[in-house]
Amino acid sequence: MTEAVETTSRASSRLRINKRMLTLAATGIGAAGIACVVAGAIVFGDFGIATDFSARLAPPSWAHWFGTDQFGHDMFARTVHGLNVSLWVGLIAATLSAFIALGLSIFATTCGQWADRLVSFLVDATMGLPHLVLLILISFALGGGTHAVIVAVAVTHWPRLTRVLRAEILQLRNADFIIVSRQLGKSWWYVGRHHFLPHLMPQMLVGLVLLFPHAILHEAGLTFIGFGLEPTKPAIGVLLADSMRYLTAGKWWLGLYPGVSLLLLVLCFDAIGNGLRLLLDPRQAQL
Amino acid sequence: MTSNWPLFVTLRIVRLAFLLAAVAVVAFMLAKMSPVDPVQAYLGPAIAKVGPEQQDLIAQKWGLDQPPLTQFGKWLGNVAQGDLGMSMTYNEPVVDVLAKRVRASLPLMAMAWLLSGLLGFALGVTAGAMADTWVDRIIRTYAYVLASTPTFWLAIVLLVVFSVGLAWTPVCCAAPIGVLPEDVTVLERLHHLILPLIALTVLGVAQITLHTRAKMIEIMQSDFALYARAQGASLADVAIRHGARNTALPAITVLFASLGELFGGSVLAEQVFAYPGLGRAAVQAGVSGDVPLLLAVALCLTVFVSVGNTIADILYHVVDPRIGATHDMEIRP
Repeated sequence: MTEAVETTSRASSRLRINKRMLTLAATGIGAAGIACVVAGAIVFGDFGIATDFSARLAPPSWAHWFGTDQFGHDMFARTVHGLNVSLWVGLIAATLSAFIALGLSIFATTCGQWADRLVSFLVDATMGLPHLVLLILISFALGGGTHAVIVAVAVTHWPRLTRVLRAEILQLRNADFIIVSRQLGKSWWYVGRHHFLPHLMPQMLVGLVLLFPHAILHEAGLTFIGFGLEPTKPAIGVLLADSMRYLTAGKWWLGLYPGVSLLLLVLCFDAIGNGLRLLLDPRQAQL
Repeated sequence: MTSNWPLFVTLRIVRLAFLLAAVAVVAFMLAKMSPVDPVQAYLGPAIAKVGPEQQDLIAQKWGLDQPPLTQFGKWLGNVAQGDLGMSMTYNEPVVDVLAKRVRASLPLMAMAWLLSGLLGFALGVTAGAMADTWVDRIIRTYAYVLASTPTFWLAIVLLVVFSVGLAWTPVCCAAPIGVLPEDVTVLERLHHLILPLIALTVLGVAQITLHTRAKMIEIMQSDFALYARAQGASLADVAIRHGARNTALPAITVLFASLGELFGGSVLAEQVFAYPGLGRAAVQAGVSGDVPLLLAVALCLTVFVSVGNTIADILYHVVDPRIGATHDMEIRP
């Protein structure tokens, strides 16, 4: 029995070290993938915006990796541009959302019982409505377009992170070192800066990165059904919505590649988010 | 503790009522904020033939000339009496449109919900029982990748492969084109349902699988599972008798809480397959500025999703009696 336990613990410890290195590698690959998208969009510049009617609806080839669309646009260049647009929209929306979450969680934990109840109700109310319906409503209210998508995604994605941060702050507030620090006569401002902030920053960062996939997927979905980015922008949602007209004619590459690319981008963010969570958590570092 | 149950459930229902009221106010405000002019959206290109006086008349007939607060009061009063107004896009009472759409969507959503629950549970139990083996790794990878897949893209891929490439399934709609609704057979309906159903099911599986797997691993490492193994029970025995039984309720809880996502997926899937369900009605309403229909869909879904969440919440307490029935309502972790 003792022996069995020992071997399993040794095996798992060796596994964990491997896992940690693998995690680091996955995080690196994810970051590299995202860097490639940004660099690609800069390198391509205006390429892919010019129309070339001699190469309309061409299937994938060495000249056009992802084929071309009905105007002879190179789909690879358009996909990279689209991913870049998604990236920026996601970045702005997710950052706004993370700050809303931080603000609300601080408000809930410092302004008394009623504030806590209010925030809890807001969280429930936001989660009670299907995301997509709320997104459609907000986008409808703002008349569509890029800013509408950013606002819509930003104001719908904070509940989960708010809950996490609120729980973290509540737990910290009752932690021994905070109580000692207070009794030593430090002000709340000092405690906040030196004790709360270092604990909350990793949570914020990981929460922010993990918000990205949701933000990007919802942006693409919203754009796809026609409430999101302007149809003139080469967003992934727009590319896929355009492709719908040509799919039945057998132009499969118009639908396949932009979606695969979006999936890969989301997986990149997932890898970074999960990697950071494991690498930044001191409890995981000891194993 | 048991004496608190009626109180707990009542409080949950009161909370649900508050939630609905809040959603009604916010949804109405959002709809009124919109720069889309309902009269213009209604008329479309015909606006050139309609003079400003006539436009004013239409606005007057719809009560749009009154201040927003009066409009809201009127709308709320009507809704309370079960009158959701007229849909401009379909030229029918909203209640009728909703009824029709729900009838089309309900089989799709209910079947996708059940199938994804069953499949996800089975996969989760398998993965959890065989943790860290290649089976587990395959199932986990599948779930992670699916969780990151855009719903509408998966629907597009299915459409390209099965409808266009293999021509096994129809390209669009809920029934063959040109056939009267009463002549459509059940088989034809199923034939049109199958692709949207697969798209929704395959995506819904991911969440349930990952949750069930995590719970399953916890149970397989518990003392009673170890004891059962020590007594000579096989892995499958322990997994089914102890694992599956103990993970069933948490899985059902997750399933109830995932109703919102299921609907989000169905909006996108219905859009791809041109399936005339509730999701497509919501999109149509938004595109054409049909405020009464949009508000009705939003309210209808809030009821639907919130009831799901409330059931999940209550189940959550049933599953884990350590979570106090009364304390928890004020201070939730």
